Amino acid sequence: MSIRPPMGGLAGRPMGGRGPVGGGWMGMGQPAQSSTNLGKTLRQLLGRLRPEWHLITFVVLLGSASVAFSVIGPKIIGNATNVIFDGIIGKNLPAGMTKAQAIALLRAHGQDQIAQMLSGMNVTPGKGIDFAQLGVILLLAALVYVLAAVLSWAQGYIMAGVAQRTVYGMRRDVEAKLARLPLKYFDSHPHGDILSRVTNDIDNVTTTLQQGLSQLLIAVLTVVGVLGMMFSISPLLAAISLITVPLSIGVTILVARRSQGQFAAQWRWTGTLNGHVEEMHTGHALVQVYGRRRKSLEEFVRQNQTLYEASFRAQFLSGIIQPALQFLANLNYVAIAVLGGYRVASGTMSLGDVQAFIQYSRQFTMPITQIASQMNLLQSGLASAERVFEFLAAEEEAPDRATGLELTAPSGRVTLEQVQFRYEPDKPLIADFNLEVRPGQTIAIVGPTGAGKTTIVNLLMRFYDIDSGRICLDSVDTHDLSRDQVRRVFGMVLQDTWLFAGTIRDNIAYGREGATDDDVVAAARAAYVDPFVRTLPDGYGTVLDEDASGLSSGQRQLLTIARAFLADPSILILDEATSSVDTRTEVLIQAAMARLRQGRTSFVIAHRLSTIRNADSIVVMDAGRIVEQGSHAELLVRHGFYYELYNSQFTEAFAAAS
Amino acid sequence: MLIKLLRTYLRPYTRQVALVLGLTVIQAVANLYLPNLNADLINNGVVKGDIPYIWRTGEIMLGITLVLGVIAIVAVYWSSIASMGVGRDIRAAIFERVQNFSAREMNRLGTPSLITRNTNDVQQIQLVLQVALTILASAPIMAVGGVIMALREDVKLSALLILIVPLMAVILGVMLAKAVPLFRSMQVKIDRINQVLREQITGIRVIRAFVRTSYEQQRFETANADLTSTALRVNRIFVLAMPALMGIMNLSTVAVLWFGGQLVDSGQMPIGNLTAFLMYIMQILVAVMMAVAMVILIPRAEASATRIEEVMSTAPSIADPEQPLDPSSATGVVEFRGVSFGYPGGEHPVLNDLSFVLRPGETTAVIGGTGSGKTTLLNLVPRFFDVTTGEVLVDTVDVRRQALERLWGTIGLVPQRAYLFSGTVAENLRFGREDATDAELWHALEVAQARDFVADMPGQLDAPIDQGGTNVSGGQRQRLAIARALVKRPAVYLFDDCFSALDAGTDARLRAALELETRNATVVIVAQRVSTIMHADRIIVLDAGRIVGLGTHAELMSACASYREIVKSQLGEEAA
Repeated sequence: MSIRPPMGGLAGRPMGGRGPVGGGWMGMGQPAQSSTNLGKTLRQLLGRLRPEWHLITFVVLLGSASVAFSVIGPKIIGNATNVIFDGIIGKNLPAGMTKAQAIALLRAHGQDQIAQMLSGMNVTPGKGIDFAQLGVILLLAALVYVLAAVLSWAQGYIMAGVAQRTVYGMRRDVEAKLARLPLKYFDSHPHGDILSRVTNDIDNVTTTLQQGLSQLLIAVLTVVGVLGMMFSISPLLAAISLITVPLSIGVTILVARRSQGQFAAQWRWTGTLNGHVEEMHTGHALVQVYGRRRKSLEEFVRQNQTLYEASFRAQFLSGIIQPALQFLANLNYVAIAVLGGYRVASGTMSLGDVQAFIQYSRQFTMPITQIASQMNLLQSGLASAERVFEFLAAEEEAPDRATGLELTAPSGRVTLEQVQFRYEPDKPLIADFNLEVRPGQTIAIVGPTGAGKTTIVNLLMRFYDIDSGRICLDSVDTHDLSRDQVRRVFGMVLQDTWLFAGTIRDNIAYGREGATDDDVVAAARAAYVDPFVRTLPDGYGTVLDEDASGLSSGQRQLLTIARAFLADPSILILDEATSSVDTRTEVLIQAAMARLRQGRTSFVIAHRLSTIRNADSIVVMDAGRIVEQGSHAELLVRHGFYYELYNSQFTEAFAAAS
Repeated sequence: MLIKLLRTYLRPYTRQVALVLGLTVIQAVANLYLPNLNADLINNGVVKGDIPYIWRTGEIMLGITLVLGVIAIVAVYWSSIASMGVGRDIRAAIFERVQNFSAREMNRLGTPSLITRNTNDVQQIQLVLQVALTILASAPIMAVGGVIMALREDVKLSALLILIVPLMAVILGVMLAKAVPLFRSMQVKIDRINQVLREQITGIRVIRAFVRTSYEQQRFETANADLTSTALRVNRIFVLAMPALMGIMNLSTVAVLWFGGQLVDSGQMPIGNLTAFLMYIMQILVAVMMAVAMVILIPRAEASATRIEEVMSTAPSIADPEQPLDPSSATGVVEFRGVSFGYPGGEHPVLNDLSFVLRPGETTAVIGGTGSGKTTLLNLVPRFFDVTTGEVLVDTVDVRRQALERLWGTIGLVPQRAYLFSGTVAENLRFGREDATDAELWHALEVAQARDFVADMPGQLDAPIDQGGTNVSGGQRQRLAIARALVKRPAVYLFDDCFSALDAGTDARLRAALELETRNATVVIVAQRVSTIMHADRIIVLDAGRIVGLGTHAELMSACASYREIVKSQLGEEAA
C-alpha cells in the first residue's frame, strides 16, 4: 500500500511560484527557518483570527463531530463483519442446538480451537446470516459515513471563508501600512525585500491558513479519536500500534533533519545558479564580445552539477521517509493480523474487531505523516507571518498636526528659516539654511552627480521632516498643515518617471482627481504629448505595461509633465536632467517645462546653463550638503565651489563652441 | 510538449526509468498480494483455528513487507537520479542555447522570462517527473491489478466497481473542470495584486506628491476583493473533494458488506475473500484518486514544457558562417557600405543607406536623437544584428562571413548601461583578457580615471564587486567598464554613451588620456553631450537613421543645421 496523498506536492503552494525560488517543491523542502519568535508569531497570527472566533469554534465542533463519526465507522463495519461471520459459522452447525451444546460437541470431536473461538462469538447454530440485523447495522454505518462527509465538507467550507477573510484583512492592512510608512522606510529598505514581504510572504501565510491549520486540526483530532477506539477494542493491540508512533516520528525526524539540510543546500544553489543565469543573460552582449561564452558555460555546468547533487540527495533522503513509514505501517499491519487472528482463533476477540482494528491502524499512521509534513509547512508559514508582522510593526510617520489650518489659494511664496536636517543622526547635512522665494521666482539647484539634490525635494514635499527650523508656505509653517495639503501645493516632474500599468489617459489623469477627458487632452496638448499619442493605434486608450516599455524615456517624461499640467500646482519641482533623451524630444521637454513654469514658483534641479544663469537664486550642493547659495553673479565673485563647477562644466564647451 | 521534452531528455536515463518502472510493477503486485495473504490468513487460519498457519502466513507477509520497503527505497534512488538529472540536463541545454542567441532573440524572450524558464519551469518538469516515476506509474498498475484481483475474488461483487469508479471519475471530472479555469484566473489576480503593490512601492514619491494614496487604496481594494472572491470559490470547490471521495469509498464498503454478505451466506464466497475484496476496492479507489490528484500537476508542467520548448526551438538568428573567412590583418578598419537596417515588422528602417570608413587612429563620434539609430549603428559592428541591405566590413571582410569569436575578439564594447559582473575588480577587468598583469590593470584604471577610487577601495584590485556593479556609483561603474575594454586592447573601441554619469572634469581628463591610449585603434563614441564629442576627428550626425552631417565640429557648425540645433539646445543661444 504505497499510496498516500503526496505530502508537499499538493499540500505545498498551489499558487506559489512568484519568486525565483518560490513555490513549495515538497512540503519538506521549505528552507529551514529559525524559530526564535515562532511562539510570538503564532500568537499574533491567532490574534488575527480573533474576529472569527465564533465561526472557528463552530469549525472545531464540526471537525470534532466529523472525526468522531468517521472514527466510529470502522467499528460499526466491524460489527457487520461479525454478524456475517456469526452467520456462516452458525450455518455450519446443526440447527436446534444451543451454543453451549455446539461447543461441547466440537470439544468432543477434538476441535478445541474452533470451540474456543466459538465461545467468544454470538452464534445461533443452524441459523445463517441475520440479514435484518446486518441491514440495520449497515444502514447505521452508511448514515454515520454520510454525516462524517457532510460535516467535514461544512467544516472545510466555513474554514475557507475564515481563512480568506483573514488573509484579505491582512493584505488590506499591509497595503494601508504602505501609505503610513515614512519615505525613510522605503529609502532604507531594499524594494525587493518590501515587495517580497507584501507579496510572497502573504501568499505563503495564505497557504498555511488555508490548508495547514484546518488539516492539522483534523489530523490531531483523528489521531486522538482513532487511538481511543483502538484502546476500546483491544488495549494490547493498541499498545503494539502505539509503538510505531515514536518509531515513525523518530524516523521522520532523523531523515528530515538530514534532508532539510540538503533542501536548504538545494535552495541555496538554486539561488546561486539563478544569480549566474541572471548575470550572464543581463550581460549577454558583453559575454559574447569579450569571448566569455565557454567560461560562463563551464561555470554554469559546475554550479548546475552541485545543484543536481544537492537536489538528488534532498529528493532521495526525503523519499526514504515514505517507504520507511510504510514499512513500519506494514509491520504494524502484519503484527495486528497475526496477533488478531491468533486471538480470534482463541476466542478472545471477534473477527470484526480485528478488521476494524486493521482499518484503524491505517487511519492512524496517515495523520501522523500528515502532521510531520504539515509542521514544515506551518513552520515556513510562520516564518513568513513573522516577516509580515515585522513589516506591520515598523515605525509609522508622525501623524499630521490637527491644527485645522487651511491654505487657500497659495501664492507660491516659500520661506525656509534656519532649517536643519540630517538623514542619520551623526551626519549633519543641512544646517542653518535660509531661503526666501517670492511667487514666480526660480531656484536652481546645482551640484555634481550624487550631490544629494533630491534632499531639497524631500524636505519641500515633506517626504522627510526637518529636524528644526521652519519651512513656510505663505508664512504658514508646513508642519501646521497636513502633508496632503502641502503636497497639493507642489507639482513634481522627476527624471525617474513613474508610470503605472494602465492607459495613457489614466496615467495623465493621475495628476488630478476627477479630471475629465477634455482636461487630459488639454494637459497633453500643453505638454506636447498629444501629437505622439495620436499616432498610437489606440490613442489615449493605449495600455502601457508596467515598465511603459513601449514609450521612449523622453516620451515618458513628457507624460509626467502633462500630469503636472493637469495638477496645476502653484509651486513646481523639476528635474532638468535629460540624459538618454534625444535632442528633438529634449527640445520639446524644455519647451514644455518652460511653459509649465510660467507664473509659478519653481525649484529646478538644473543642468542647462541658461536655466542656472537666469535663476533668481542658486543652491549649490556637494556630497549631500548645501555648500553655497546666491545668484549667479554673486557666486562667481565668491570664487568658491560653484565657480569651479561652472568653469569645469561649461566654459570649456562654451569657449570651444563660440 | 511535455511528452516531447521528456522523450528527448529522458533518453539518457532509459535504464534508470526502466528499472524504476520494473520495481514499481513488482511493488504494485506485491501490494496486491498482501490482501490475498490476509484473506488466506483468515480463511485458512482464523476460521479453522490453525494458529501455526497464522504465524507462517504472518512471516511471509513480513518478508514481503521488508522486500517492499527495500524496493521502494531503491526505486526512489533511481527515480531521483533520473528526474533530477533530466532537470540538470534541460537547464544546461537552455543555458547553452541562450548563450548563442543574438540580441534579437534576447529582446524577444527577455532576460527575466529566460531566468524563470531556466529555473521555475524546469522545476515544474522535475516535480511532475519525480511524482510520475514514483506514484503515477504505480497508480494504473494498482488500479488494473486491483480490478483483476477483485474479479478473481468474485465476479458478481466486482459489478459494484462499474458503478463506483465512473461515479468517482464524474465527480472529480466536474470538480476539475470547474476548478481549473478558476485556478487560472486566480493566478492572474494574484499577479495583478502583486503588480499594484509593486507600483505602490516604486512610485511612492509620485503617489504622495499627487496625494493619490486613497485612489491607490481603492485600486488595491478592488484587486484584493476580486482575488478573495475567486480564491474563496476555488477553495470551496476543493474542500468538497476529500469528503466526497471519502464518502464514496466508505459507502462502497457498506455496499460490499451487504451484497458480499449474501454471497457468503449462500456459500458462493468464503468470508476471508470479503475482507480481501474490501481492501482491493480501497486500493482501486485510492489509485484513481492519486492518478487524478497527479493529473492536476500536468497542465502546469505542460505550460512549463511549452515555454522551455519555445527557447529550445528558437534558432539564433545570427550564427557562424559555414566557411568563415579569416581577415589577413586585425587593424580595425570598419566600413559601412550602403547599410540599411530595419527591425522585422518595423515600418521605417532604423538606419538608411549609411556609408563611411573608420580607420585606426581616428576617433569618430556619433550624435543624434534617441531613435535616430546611434546604438543600432554601433550594434551592427559586432554583428548583434544583421544589416537588411548593404554590408558592414571589419578588417575588409563582411562581418557575416567571419567567425563570430574572431570578430568579437577585435572589438572592445562599452555599453550604454555599464554592467559589471560579481567578483573582484581584477576579475572584471580581466574579462576580455585573462592573462593581463596587475600592472596592465592599473594602467587601464589610470587611463579610465578609476585609479584613485580603486586604490581607495578595501582590497584594491581584489575589492569585491556586486552583481551588476551596484556597490559602486554609476560614474565609477562606467569608468570600470571603460577600463575593462582597455585591458582587452581591441582593434576597435565602441563607446556607447558611456560618459553620461561622469562630471565634465572627469569626462575631459578621461578623453585626453584615452586619446593617447587608443592611438592605434579605431574608436567610435556615441554621446549625447556635445562637450564629450566635439574634439573627435569626425562627427556623424544622425537623424531618423540618415546621416545629415559628417565632419569636424567646426565644419558642422557652419554646414549642418541639425548639429547647430543640438549645440544650441545644450550650450545655449550664445554658443551657436
